[in-house]
Amino acid sequence: MIIYRSHILVCGGTGCTSSGSETLMERFEQQLKLHKLDKEVSLVKTGCFGLCEAGPVVIVYPEGTFYSRVRAEDVDEIVAEHMLKGRIVRHLVYHHTEDAVEEGQSLNDIEFYKHQDRIALRNCGVIDPEKIDEYIAFDGYKALGDALTKMSPQEVVDVIKASGLRGRGGGGFPTGLKWQFCKDVPSEKKYVICNADEGDPGAFMDRSVLEGDPHSVLEAMAICGYAIGADEGYIYVRAEYPIAVNRLKIAIHQAREYGLLGKNILGTDFSFDVHIRLGAGAFVCGEEMALMTSIEGNRGEPKPKPPFPATQGLFNLPTNINNVETYANIPQILIHGADWFRSMGTKRSPGTKVFALGGKINNTGLVEVSMGTPLRQVIYDIGGGIPGGKQFKAVQTGGPSGGCIPESLIDVPIEYDSLVEIGSMMGSGGMIVMDEDNCMVDIARFFLDFTVDESCGKCTPCRVGTKRMLEILERIVEGKGEEGDLERLEALAESISDTALCGLGQTAPNPVLSTIKYFREEYEAHIKEKRCPAHHCRELLHLEITDKCRGCTACSRVCPVGAITGTAREQHVIDVDKCIKCNSCIEKCHFDAIIKV
Amino acid sequence: MKSLQELEQIRQETLQRINLRREDKGSEVRVVVGMATCGIAAGARNVMMAFMTEASKRKLNHVTISQTGCVGTCRFEPMADVFVPGQEKVTYVNLDEKKAARIVSEHIVNGNPVREFTITSQGLDAEKGDAK
Repeated sequence: MIIYRSHILVCGGTGCTSSGSETLMERFEQQLKLHKLDKEVSLVKTGCFGLCEAGPVVIVYPEGTFYSRVRAEDVDEIVAEHMLKGRIVRHLVYHHTEDAVEEGQSLNDIEFYKHQDRIALRNCGVIDPEKIDEYIAFDGYKALGDALTKMSPQEVVDVIKASGLRGRGGGGFPTGLKWQFCKDVPSEKKYVICNADEGDPGAFMDRSVLEGDPHSVLEAMAICGYAIGADEGYIYVRAEYPIAVNRLKIAIHQAREYGLLGKNILGTDFSFDVHIRLGAGAFVCGEEMALMTSIEGNRGEPKPKPPFPATQGLFNLPTNINNVETYANIPQILIHGADWFRSMGTKRSPGTKVFALGGKINNTGLVEVSMGTPLRQVIYDIGGGIPGGKQFKAVQTGGPSGGCIPESLIDVPIEYDSLVEIGSMMGSGGMIVMDEDNCMVDIARFFLDFTVDESCGKCTPCRVGTKRMLEILERIVEGKGEEGDLERLEALAESISDTALCGLGQTAPNPVLSTIKYFREEYEAHIKEKRCPAHHCRELLHLEITDKCRGCTACSRVCPVGAITGTAREQHVIDVDKCIKCNSCIEKCHFDAIIKV
Repeated sequence: MKSLQELEQIRQETLQRINLRREDKGSEVRVVVGMATCGIAAGARNVMMAFMTEASKRKLNHVTISQTGCVGTCRFEPMADVFVPGQEKVTYVNLDEKKAARIVSEHIVNGNPVREFTITSQGLDAEKGDAK
């Protein structure tokens, strides 16, 4: 038993791994050995800390010092100064704004974390996800132990029901009720499924939970198995998440070794085991019926409901299916009780929600806030606002199934119901921020392009309807929009929502409907005036050189098609017929003389 | 694993190792060793290791051992401050490994500061006011 005096936590999430945290680990190891500190300082690879924008992230305990954007060569300095001499390396410490370096910066002082409440992410960035002992130390598998020895299956379901937990995958269906339905169906064999087929563009909440705290999901699945009477579970996870898949495999292996999965768990007569199934990345497989069809070995296509999974799910047997984040909440609810969970969030949506912040925002990353937190707080206080002093325009929630929320509604509290009321939805938690340079028509086109691509083709409204909508939108952004297009879009949207087979099709028109609702004038500018107010749509703009031009010839040299002419020291001219609007000249110009009109 | 007791045992043992990372360190005892150039030259590293070994041996998972820079009284190095919640800090001076071991057993475990090693008993009158 060795106690270390200090722990260096290096983020091993996907974001930080891609910015080089593996190299940092090696360098730390080598430097600690060099200074003979390897017996007193422990080096730990953890899951995602959430502040991916500032990665690779390194945290040093007991001080809780938060180092950001650490490069391999910085490691030598951290070890020599901080580890050896106890002096914090100030210039590497994360700071919220460019000009204000706050002193004594530890994790909880940072604006980004101050407004967060972490339940699903509580262990992410704290424990080593590849060591089951560390999970156990932070109350891991305690909830399972208590459930198996002190509670009846019905009592477990009752606690989840009383907590008011709602499905974090997007729909927001009460989890306890779902468990009750499945429990009430008599059957020899039942299944528990974890939906980890996270497909929304820009969303990575589930990936981070699996990477940072895989055991919380395994434990919750076992608890669910006990509650509903199932002995087998499947985790359906995307093959594009190699780190998550690997950590899940390690976690399952360790849990089996400890007897926390497998036969007669903790000496009781309850047995439960978990398998991994890799998805090939089809968006429709996040739909529960399609997901189960895919696990069965068939092409991932949805089926009509009812029958619901609770009665006829996987292999036609009763099945409970929840999303990763939903499961990650379960052990905590059992340990602390339903009242504790209800003390967070709002009456209609208790607890917290994890969001993946992306797009035009300073602190790209992962945040977990209490339900009911206003969007403004997430975007400005936690997200740090819009980079480059640009104007906020809208935030997209719910991915391809959600909608765009304009600035006038940014004080709306985040809850399932309030988001639906304003034409968006919670979705799995992607949050993409847009600024004045984003064209809302093009955003709608982008999401529809995604759904057209991902539509499985089984039902006509989704296969043909979304395609027709996309064609209209493409015409509009190319400047070929016609009077009546908006009405056509709205009519199509309505019939697709009403008649599509599964959630993918039913919600596909949402991005279009919400942008028409809140940004109608932008659509009209495209259609009637053939103008893109955000100067984004290529077909609707041309570049011009103003009289700010000093004739430095930088632009004409960089232009790939030779569209810029002019003599040195005189104003240049762009040939709009030749110009391909690649914007290279704008980037090159030192005098801001080239504008989009 | 066949019982909840085994689970609890793993929990307790691992917690000692990683207690450092917990949010609520309210009940912890902190030992802060001066580890600037002056301290290291005087042998502070061995003193710190002795604190760590003693704490591990006695499974004191509420104790964190950390380091700090120079406090300005370099001639008294190696030095260490011991913070027990609810009590005034005690500053020990001119330490070595044996003294560190005694501080752990007498002060941290039994609650009796080792007067003879403190900065006041070592004859630093000027600092009597702010440290014992």
